[in-house]
Amino acid sequence: MHSETVTQLIRGLRARKYSAVELTRALLSRIEAAQPALNAFISIESECALAAAAEADRALAAGDAPALTGVPIAHKDIFCALGSRTTCGSKMLGNFIAPYDATVVARLRAAGAVVLGKTNMDEFAMGSSNETSHFGPVRNPWELGRVPGGSSGGSAAAVAARLVPAATATDTGGSIRQPAALCGVTGLKPTYGRVSRYGMIAFASSLDQGGTLTRTAEDAALLLGTIAGFDPRDSTSVERPVPDYTQSLNLPLRGLRIGLLKEFFDQGLDPAIEVLLRSALDVLRSQGAVLQEVSLPNLPLSVPTYYVVAPAECSSNLARFDGVRFGYRCENPRDLKDLYERSRGEGFGPEVKRRIMTGTYVLSAGYYDAYYLKAQRVRALIAADFARAFAGVDVLIGPTTPTTAFELGAKTSDPVTMYLNDIYTIGANLAGLPAISVPCGFVAGLPVGMQIVGPHFGEERLLNVAHRYQMATDWHQRAPGAYG
Amino acid sequence: MSGDKPWETVIGLEIHAQLATRAKIFSGSATAYGAAPNAQASLVDLGYPGVLPVLNGAAVRMAVLFGLAIGARIAPRSVFARKNYFYPDLPKGYQISQFELPIVAGGHMDIVLEDGSVKRINVTRAHLEEDAGKSLHEGLPGLTGIDLNRAGTPLIEIVSEPDMRSAKEAVAYMKKVHTLVRYLRICDGNMQEGSFRCDANVSVRPLGAAEYGTRAEIKNINSFRYVEKAINFEVARQIELLEGGGKVVQETRLYDPDRGETRSMRSKEEANDYRYFPDPDLLPVEIDADFIRDLAAQLPELPDQKAQRFSTQYGLSGYDAQVLTASSELADYYEAVVRELGGEAKLAANWVSGDLAALLNRDGLEIAHSRVGAAGLAALLRRVQDRTISGKIAKDVFEAMWSEQTSADAIIAARGLQQITDDGPIEQAIASVMAANPGQLADFRAGKDKLFGFFVGQVMKATQGKANPARLNELLKQKLSG
Repeated sequence: MHSETVTQLIRGLRARKYSAVELTRALLSRIEAAQPALNAFISIESECALAAAAEADRALAAGDAPALTGVPIAHKDIFCALGSRTTCGSKMLGNFIAPYDATVVARLRAAGAVVLGKTNMDEFAMGSSNETSHFGPVRNPWELGRVPGGSSGGSAAAVAARLVPAATATDTGGSIRQPAALCGVTGLKPTYGRVSRYGMIAFASSLDQGGTLTRTAEDAALLLGTIAGFDPRDSTSVERPVPDYTQSLNLPLRGLRIGLLKEFFDQGLDPAIEVLLRSALDVLRSQGAVLQEVSLPNLPLSVPTYYVVAPAECSSNLARFDGVRFGYRCENPRDLKDLYERSRGEGFGPEVKRRIMTGTYVLSAGYYDAYYLKAQRVRALIAADFARAFAGVDVLIGPTTPTTAFELGAKTSDPVTMYLNDIYTIGANLAGLPAISVPCGFVAGLPVGMQIVGPHFGEERLLNVAHRYQMATDWHQRAPGAYG
Repeated sequence: MSGDKPWETVIGLEIHAQLATRAKIFSGSATAYGAAPNAQASLVDLGYPGVLPVLNGAAVRMAVLFGLAIGARIAPRSVFARKNYFYPDLPKGYQISQFELPIVAGGHMDIVLEDGSVKRINVTRAHLEEDAGKSLHEGLPGLTGIDLNRAGTPLIEIVSEPDMRSAKEAVAYMKKVHTLVRYLRICDGNMQEGSFRCDANVSVRPLGAAEYGTRAEIKNINSFRYVEKAINFEVARQIELLEGGGKVVQETRLYDPDRGETRSMRSKEEANDYRYFPDPDLLPVEIDADFIRDLAAQLPELPDQKAQRFSTQYGLSGYDAQVLTASSELADYYEAVVRELGGEAKLAANWVSGDLAALLNRDGLEIAHSRVGAAGLAALLRRVQDRTISGKIAKDVFEAMWSEQTSADAIIAARGLQQITDDGPIEQAIASVMAANPGQLADFRAGKDKLFGFFVGQVMKATQGKANPARLNELLKQKLSG
């Protein structure tokens, strides 16, 4: 059961090959068994999961069960779920029980999904290796000495290790796609505004977008159809119909115009990764796709731009964690100032503090124009570059990451080196574009991801290309040895 | 600075008016005043992790109405920004306000000065923002309680140019804005509950100087009287400081009504750097011409228009017209009295702005809660008009109507207050007064004309004031000259 995809599990559950309770039990025991080595979960919610599974079995027996009834999933611990501890990977929220459901959580709940637990993540989604989590790093199931990527490292590792068939995740600068690439799974970051941010603890509001980690593009299509759509509680969610993304998965690729991002192939790309990408492109070309090189001249500015915009927003978004109403509060504060300083000083980890300080600095009087305003201008230029590119091509393809999974601790001492992990993924966030990472091979036994970027609301096309590619290859079916 | 040089006061006001929406500006919580602490604070108001603000369209409409009423420009695109600072009653660690692109820009209000001349006060801008909660100390020794019921209440902050030159002008302007927001029904104007309050920027400079002096900002003044006192205190303080060779420092000050003085809260150096930036959780507010046209069509008759009409339609003085249009409820009341009476606009004006206003003021009532309705007052004035009672008796009847909640006619009948217009009873009273005062009668007849008044008083007294004064005069003259 554990190796089946969401699509297969839906069939299996309906054909009564196994009950939802049996499925849930089986996966819960895999999760428990893997936890000491992988640390993919922050909370394992066995009791609630089994109760939900029993309810799913009743609904399946009654014959009126919604689409995902009985399908086990996990939520990144950034999503608030009613009555469930929601830590965001931080000591600050170590004791926080969410009093409401995020829209993504509510929609999956309404569709019948069974939540097995909350996955580990970089603290407040700030990190590219899952090493900033207060709850310890997640380890890459392909090689335990390596990182799973971040910030959705727990979700990616859990899906890769066949602990859950799918997990929710969020992507602010690559936090879905980068761990998807490093763990060999499929990671979809939808268009900004496609999925409600309500109940998703904010890191950088103008960049954050909820999405999925699955093993196949087909499953991503299924889940996106469930979580996407306008939400009156999120002003930035877009009022636009949600198509059935599974309907367009098999469309032929004949005539598909693929843009190869010149800038992505230029700078410091591992030649072994480039070889894999070129052969993946051959697969698409063999199905009738046409390739052309595309240049986005402002794209190389995306990392510095991102590291002004994201910290600026985070410095404000994280101000609410002040020890007054919820979350961590220091012992015996002397006065208000002491309460603020120690609650925040003790509750946040070093990477979160670094970004709050950076963000506070770039918004300060006298620096705002030079940093924040300039970054917003560059952001507009990058978005315009993409818009120009999509006038001539249907999708852009390039690597997801410059390297495969690196060793734990290899980059923790140098934040800038760590930040460069997101060099290929940040552009889509700055421009609000949808992007997907799919496995396209292995270098020295470690998975490599291919990134496909589309125009706004171009998810159908992305999923179509990814699905056709997965139909022609089997990289996405490979499981890490110990978790097959 | 020379001590005998005259000083000029320069004042600008920032008025905060709470918008009368049912729900808060970014959440569905109720805005009603006086609920138990935190009973009206939702997860959004509490700034919980993951929640998002959603703009209440009613607040936007109210801000636009205000802008239209002061002849301002309505921004086709305005942007909410975050004002970042830490405070326990500010749940998110930032206040959502508008900074670079406010919804209303420009505009003006005309105030009438004491000498009757009109002065224009320019409005720089008006922007939408959310209110903060409040800290509670009462009954919590050694602790601070936080009540977030008010957090997220919609406000419009109306910023004037530094156009006022005295505390009186500032009060006149503030009253004018107060009148307008209530006319527009966008604010209940309740100053005790904090629905309408202001910050005053005050500076002084030598008369004729081109540059403004350094200003102090007096925060959160919530009564017209305090505004006047606070500004006057502050002006005197600054002048004394400057004349003593000192310097005014730019700072925020607080007015203490108990001691009648302003005190320093924080200096410019201690001021927060608010790190404003556009709120990424909210889309820019886009307003098109149709939206503005629809709202313009909904604008009621505004105070200045109404006062102008009262002057021409009812022949009232500019002053009377101003007084009667101070609130739309008062103006409506007045017009209802005139309508009932079928004229007598001046009589009605005197009563509404005189006797009625006095009793309302005495009992601390709003016109809406007047104990005598417009129809009731009209019925009373009809009895004055048809001479059933005199104007003097009418005042007593009005008091009785006020306290006993009965009609004028019932009181007149019960107390037998109808004027005596028949000659018989008046002549009888005259005869008995003459008989009782033979000495005065003799003196009068000997030429002491001044005693006529004495006889009028005595006869009035004998008729309990009910004798028709004109008839009494006539008959008394006849009899005395007898």
